[in-house]
Amino acid sequence: MKITKKEVEHVAKLGRLELSDQETDKLTSQLSNILTYVEKLNELDTKSIEPTAHILDIKNVMRDDVAMPSLPQEKALANAPDKAAGHYKVPKIIE
Amino acid sequence: MELFNLTIHELHGMLNKGETTSEAITESVLGRIKAVDGKVRSYITVTEEVARTQAKQADQAGKSGKAPSPVTGIPVAIKDNMCTEGVKTTCASRILGNFIPPYNATVVENLNKAGYVMPGKANMDEFAMGSSTENSGYFVTRNPWDLERIPGGSSGGSAAAVAAGECIAALGSDTGGSIRQPAACCGVVGLKPTYGRVSRFGLVAFASSLDQIGPITKDVTDAAIIMNLIGGHDPKDSTSADLAMPDFTSSLKKDVKGMTIGIPREYFIDGMDPEVDRSVRDAVKTLEGLGAKVVDVTLPHTGYAVATYYILATSEASSNLARYDGVKYGFRAEGAKDLLDMYMKSRSQGFGPEVKRRIMLGTYALSAGYYDAFYKKGQQVRTLIKRDFDEAFKSVDVIATPTAPTAAFKIGEKSEDPLQMYLSDIFTISVNLAGIPGISIPCGFTKSNLPIGLQLLGKHFDEAAIFRAAFAYEQATDHHKKRPKL
Repeated sequence: MKITKKEVEHVAKLGRLELSDQETDKLTSQLSNILTYVEKLNELDTKSIEPTAHILDIKNVMRDDVAMPSLPQEKALANAPDKAAGHYKVPKIIE
Repeated sequence: MELFNLTIHELHGMLNKGETTSEAITESVLGRIKAVDGKVRSYITVTEEVARTQAKQADQAGKSGKAPSPVTGIPVAIKDNMCTEGVKTTCASRILGNFIPPYNATVVENLNKAGYVMPGKANMDEFAMGSSTENSGYFVTRNPWDLERIPGGSSGGSAAAVAAGECIAALGSDTGGSIRQPAACCGVVGLKPTYGRVSRFGLVAFASSLDQIGPITKDVTDAAIIMNLIGGHDPKDSTSADLAMPDFTSSLKKDVKGMTIGIPREYFIDGMDPEVDRSVRDAVKTLEGLGAKVVDVTLPHTGYAVATYYILATSEASSNLARYDGVKYGFRAEGAKDLLDMYMKSRSQGFGPEVKRRIMLGTYALSAGYYDAFYKKGQQVRTLIKRDFDEAFKSVDVIATPTAPTAAFKIGEKSEDPLQMYLSDIFTISVNLAGIPGISIPCGFTKSNLPIGLQLLGKHFDEAAIFRAAFAYEQATDHHKKRPKL
């Protein structure tokens, strides 16, 4: 299956990646190769097959609703690239 | 023999008899790192000071009698995708280049409680995406048996460090073969436990339905020792199984009488290295000689595993890696004009080419209009692959295969062709899709003295069976005693 350069640009936007022209060209050809290989799955008829999300027989795992120790604010902010007044700081969103 | 070349159980015995100290073992390992890591480059971070402090504590704890745990005072390297409180955890990515975790992964916490010594954080493919450790955002790790060759991946730093004596044992993680394939390439033992056996709390997520942590060691006994410590239920990981943990060291018996071992014909393919083929077939004969019954089995959907994996793993990765946005931790690019631009620039400058490729593939597979054709289709084929194993394990206890189709390849040989690189995981990937446990143990060497791995697979939560077969084989052979000359 071939993927077009335009599709690659669209997917990059969805994945929040900014690609150079060179990267876009390379990915267009590499992803086309990989998707062509992956097409072999269509040889299998899976209409009546249930999908497997993971192999454990567990669904929701609940615990009692009791307060447990959590990360203190100072530690939670310690790795932040930018912070102010106990908050994460990001570039302006609204003009 | 130098202390750094010994195993956990040998050193534990010496510590208990007062023949050595953790300080002596730790200095031996740190000295070895100084001597050879310039060539091998197993470590992203060497934690000398942490190791020396832990060694002193271990020696104090041992003074009142026996060392409290089999790993007390023993240096165990940690793959750099497991959180270590106060010690940089990069995942071999620039995007986490300055990340200092505020907590320990559960596996690290368990080793801490046992009084282990951490010599450092091991190199890997960025975000564990790769089969050669060439995708590290920092540098390439080299195979201690031949410095021109890859150590395997993604846990290449862990496997190389064990083989080179730069630690006594290591932890790795395995999403599609990332413990077993590097173990095979480096001539050491690597176990991927059953999905759910070991807590992943504090493991940087790659593909959540496949990731699993496990030991990389010099022999099977050491792997069982580490499993006893890291396995078991963890309330902090909702996917960890609430099942009793057996004592795996009690499965180590010298025979395999009464066991049935299955050989899947789909794993002996054209294009496999004839030396690998011969070694693995010889290993199966050895197991037969030790009392196992050997039968043919069939895993008919094996040929679809790589395609299934690269849909499911990349889809899950694209979702998991959405968290790297330059806000709460990790790298933030300079000069962004607004928030969206900050996300785009931080991610584009922070991730390497393989990670970007997988985010792209996964995002595409999950995008509107393609979900059913790719992700759902992949999950359905996954069901077929799992059923193959369920069916085969009705008549056998263990399945034996090669770990990889060839011994370690040359650095650069496959780095320009992602699909060729993906196909080097052809024998390990199905195991993650089926969620079963698998171990790789050394079963010989090629003419050019490169290690070859035998893979033994078991039923869900039956690590005991593969430990037993692996130990019996190991005791009948001496491949595990060889060390590379560096």
